[in-house]
Amino acid sequence: MDFHTAEELLELCSQGTDIATVMREREVTQGETDSETVEEKMKKALSVMRASAHTPLTEVLPSTGGLIGGEAEKLNKNMLVGKNICGSVMSKALIYSQAVPEMNASMGVIVAAPTAGSSGVLPAVLFALEEEFGLTEKQLLDGMFTAGAVGYLLMKNASVSGAQAGCQAEVGSASAMAAAAAVAMMGGTPEQSLDAASIALGNLLGLVCDPIAGLVEAPCQSRNAIGAANALTCAEMALSGIKAVVPFTEMAAAMLRIGVKIPNELRETALGGCAMTPTGCAHNCRIFGGCK
Amino acid sequence: MAFISVFDVIGPNMVGPSSSHTAGAASIALLAKKMIGEKITKITFTLYGSFAKTYKGHGTDKALVGGILGFETDDIRIRDSFNIARESGLEFEFVCNHEELEDVHPNTVDMEITGESGRILKVRGESLGGGKVMLTRINGVKVQFTGEYHALIVIQRDNPGVVAGITSVLSSWDVNIAYLRVFREEKGGLAYTIVESDEEISEKAVEVIKKNPAIQDIMLVQR
Repeated sequence: MDFHTAEELLELCSQGTDIATVMREREVTQGETDSETVEEKMKKALSVMRASAHTPLTEVLPSTGGLIGGEAEKLNKNMLVGKNICGSVMSKALIYSQAVPEMNASMGVIVAAPTAGSSGVLPAVLFALEEEFGLTEKQLLDGMFTAGAVGYLLMKNASVSGAQAGCQAEVGSASAMAAAAAVAMMGGTPEQSLDAASIALGNLLGLVCDPIAGLVEAPCQSRNAIGAANALTCAEMALSGIKAVVPFTEMAAAMLRIGVKIPNELRETALGGCAMTPTGCAHNCRIFGGCK
Repeated sequence: MAFISVFDVIGPNMVGPSSSHTAGAASIALLAKKMIGEKITKITFTLYGSFAKTYKGHGTDKALVGGILGFETDDIRIRDSFNIARESGLEFEFVCNHEELEDVHPNTVDMEITGESGRILKVRGESLGGGKVMLTRINGVKVQFTGEYHALIVIQRDNPGVVAGITSVLSSWDVNIAYLRVFREEKGGLAYTIVESDEEISEKAVEVIKKNPAIQDIMLVQR
């Protein structure tokens, strides 16, 4: 059993099956393994995600390049004293979205989802919704398999590589994955998951990859915040019955078409955008010595 | 295209910060460690392209040493691999090649590995993105090897019948061959046969294959 497009996925879901179930079955049949092994591997990924999203709240982790570190702790403190302005779901998602990239930049252990640079988006949505709505582990795992299905479609039919298609392919893809997961975990339909994914991807089209000094630190970390916030926003839209104007398959194709047109300077080469601002260049000189 | 697993999307579990510059680097070095199959006493890494430019900020150097020590991509000991290597008596050095080489992938490392028996293995690895890697040279011979399957790397004289001998032994040990490719520099010289299999390959099967005098060496790399 396999699927190659969102349409084929929805066809497999048409008998009342959810995306997570289809993705689990696909993994077992195509990956030639058994469902226990698959479930255990996903639980392991969930536990790594959990640690990476929580540790930086109380422990400030210095990054190798020194551009980031301590953001999650600051946000958490701000929320604990009641000064957050985004509401508790969004503020929690914001904290976790900053924590994971901090862990990543300090050579801590994270789960690439779909990439290391965008690894904060999915955990942010999973754990914010878990806390606010008392989700079970099973619901979180369903969310991860749903996200996995969307990420697989993007990997297969578009791109999840910043070097190939810019940040829209990394944080944009992660945001689409997390939006679909949020819908599934909150009781939406497979169609609604893909609507949310399409809207989320569409909102971030054109986002360039311009890391300062070529490091996975800034602006990567704060872009994880926008990926998570965008995912929650689009999930709420889909759950309230708003449909994507452009279907997911077409949106993924649009993302790839834009991606190949993004100039080389803005595809992970650190030769444009934030990386080439005077401040970005100064950081590069400080870290690596000498200017490019 | 090969099967894309849900764990290619949600994964790898890895020490940060970069799937290509950290996780990929660790995987390349770990593959090389499995290939030599003996304690490594000395290694020289030559870095090219983006690896040469940015290895410090990405922990590429620590990840490479970690892989040589046998650490998987999600092993937090990668952070401290230099100290662990020094304690275990592993000598390591880094050389940066900043030339713009057209036929070299931007994330490439050459490794010259010395084992405790004095044997030297030279391997080139490329980090292709998302943690995926490929070894593209073994002792100077162009190959393609990803380590995604259990594998045998057979170094042999390029004589007739050698490959047939390998496959017949494997079939008698019930090993199902997923891929088999032969790489060689020149006709009649040394050839590298890479056999990839879904099942683990028994060391006893390797012993039988080795009996062919045309075979110089075999490296068994379990997934």
